Amino acid sequence: MTLDRLSVGNTAVITRVGGEGALRCRLLDMGLIPKTRVCVTKVAPLGDPIELRLRDYSLSIRLEDARQIEVSDI
Amino acid sequence: MIFALAGNQNSGKTTLFNHMTGSNQHVGNFPGVTVDQKVGTVIGQKDCEVVDLPGIYSLRPYSDEEIVTRNFLLNERPDGIINIVDATNIERNLYLTLQLLTMQIPTVLALNMMDEVRANGGTIDTKKLSEQLGVPVVPISAIKNEGVQELVRVMVETARRRELPKVHDFCPAGPVHRCIHSVCHIIEDHAQSSRMPARFAATKFIEGDPIVSELLDLHRNDLDAIEHTIVQMEQDCGLDRNAAMADMRYNFIEGVCRECVVKAHESREHKRSVAIDRILTGKYTALPVFALIMLSIFFLTFNVIGKFLSDLLAMGIDGLAMAADRALTAYGLNPVVHSLIIDGVFAGVGGVLSFLPIIVTLFFFLSILEDTGYMARIAFVMDKLLRRIGLSGRSVVPMLIGFGCTVPAVMATRTLSADRDRRLTILLTPFMSCSAKIPIYALFAAAFFARGQAFVMIGLYLFGILIGIVCAKLLNRTAFRGKPVPFVMELPNYRFPSLRSVLQLMWEKAKDFLQRAFTVIFVATLLIWFLQTFDAKLNVVTDSAKSLLAMIGTAIAPALKPVGFGDWRIATALITGFIAKESVVSTLQILLGGAALSSLFTVRSCLSFLVFTLLYTPCVAAVSAVRRELGSGLRALGVVIAQTAVAWIVAFAVYQLLGIWL
Repeated sequence: MTLDRLSVGNTAVITRVGGEGALRCRLLDMGLIPKTRVCVTKVAPLGDPIELRLRDYSLSIRLEDARQIEVSDI
Repeated sequence: MIFALAGNQNSGKTTLFNHMTGSNQHVGNFPGVTVDQKVGTVIGQKDCEVVDLPGIYSLRPYSDEEIVTRNFLLNERPDGIINIVDATNIERNLYLTLQLLTMQIPTVLALNMMDEVRANGGTIDTKKLSEQLGVPVVPISAIKNEGVQELVRVMVETARRRELPKVHDFCPAGPVHRCIHSVCHIIEDHAQSSRMPARFAATKFIEGDPIVSELLDLHRNDLDAIEHTIVQMEQDCGLDRNAAMADMRYNFIEGVCRECVVKAHESREHKRSVAIDRILTGKYTALPVFALIMLSIFFLTFNVIGKFLSDLLAMGIDGLAMAADRALTAYGLNPVVHSLIIDGVFAGVGGVLSFLPIIVTLFFFLSILEDTGYMARIAFVMDKLLRRIGLSGRSVVPMLIGFGCTVPAVMATRTLSADRDRRLTILLTPFMSCSAKIPIYALFAAAFFARGQAFVMIGLYLFGILIGIVCAKLLNRTAFRGKPVPFVMELPNYRFPSLRSVLQLMWEKAKDFLQRAFTVIFVATLLIWFLQTFDAKLNVVTDSAKSLLAMIGTAIAPALKPVGFGDWRIATALITGFIAKESVVSTLQILLGGAALSSLFTVRSCLSFLVFTLLYTPCVAAVSAVRRELGSGLRALGVVIAQTAVAWIVAFAVYQLLGIWL
């Protein structure tokens, strides 16, 4: 499953971070790496981007970028 | 000694910087980019300066901010690094720390917001943390100004003894460890000769950093050997090189945190933020609340506070001008010099100062939006809309301010995190019709569309936005082609802004505007005065139709014939509009000498003229702001030409299309 499919309020564990270039490095730097637990806490009013909670902080990414991140249930 | 202050965004860096330096700071630019470089003298220390580096999350070479930080640390070799770390968000903050530690510069960790951690029942063992990271750790509270003196003392001490970070190995024995060590070994000499710490160069090289690999300038065999080592590592640990490096750092950090950090139960600040966000980013409330907040800021700036201050200032200047006028008349000064002082100097100074109250008031509100954390929420809420024109959510604020005044709007683009977004936003802001154009619209709408005035006004605003969108789409396919900047943005907890930071920003922006814009606006006003006052033989004109300005207007007029208003008086009025848009009205009224507007315009040419004034070159103050923010006079000139070209083309189209019906 990819992160964009995870519904609000649910937590999952990252298994793979896809994508390339600056975007991917950015995701990794912000702590979205395999084995990290991440929770989707909100969807923006217009349906995109989404808000995540991980490592005790909140991060916002776009749905198309969330699609690059594979997660599995805990 | 020179210290660098480095840390994540939202870590309280600016607040700490303000407390360390007081008012002894000056703002410059890092060479070649529009990234603020703030330098200040440390209070209570002799010959100690601190440089406020931009807030970043990593030392990769992807944004101007990151490159600037790296170059500063590599090339300037400061005597010490003060790394500010948000204790409430320690895992992600330490990610940058680990990279800073490889720089081989004496470093002190400033553990900010420790009071918040404690208040929520958490603890951080600073002694253990210091042992694990191999650098001194000082707990502080930047906002309460606690621990700052101790921090400075420890930093000075550490720098004086040249104590380098003691830990730079962040990985347990294993494939990643082996890889980094062998790469370190291979590049050591090259790193030394290009003055880079080997460990920094090695990890960055493994991450595929183009700048580092160019600096290292390795031989073919070395490159092959390294590539082989890296591929081996990727196979052994099952992660690609970038993920492996990030994984190594976060694993180390998690280990450190297990040892030193007792996590707080869910923090009050976070709970409060979630509650506030239920309204501010709520599904049905977010957009109305955003509209309400922006409208209030507009109303307060342009109708209440800013206007009050502007009026006060105008009254003061008018009073002075009147007094000077009387005194000069009584003295019997030469009338030309008299006019120079009253119509040139006083008008010029007044013109510059009239912007100041608006800039100061707007930046008061903007810095509150920024410091509370609401700006990030605006970006979150508006991102989807702005993405359609190739921007991200944050750009919405400068663009909306553009409806008030282009000058602060362009200045506000400074907070955008990516250079591409910044430049594109600056180019699009002039399409948002500024409030100085309202008198022009009002005059013409009243004269030609007595019953549909409001309709014409709203139509013009919408038309400006529409043309802006079209231009954005075009720019995205041409000059701004390529991948937009990644939108991966932290949503910090809401915080109370510090009054000091707010005032500091207001002061900086006011000073910045006066320094940059004063000469330009002043000289432009004097030039227009000169052109209005003299004729070709430098005699003082009595009939304004004979002035140099009128001659220029006459020369330009034919170019405006195809768009429907080829009269020299209109061309002249448009030129004076370059100084200030509202001058278009006053100049036209003077040159018409009491005749009705309908003697110059038809409904058709009136509409095309309104469209032209909507779109043509921003005023001189705005252009000087553009020059400052784009970092080049040539580009600012490009904006002037491009806007005027767009205005001409669109007005031409409007005029010709209307010709079919009217």
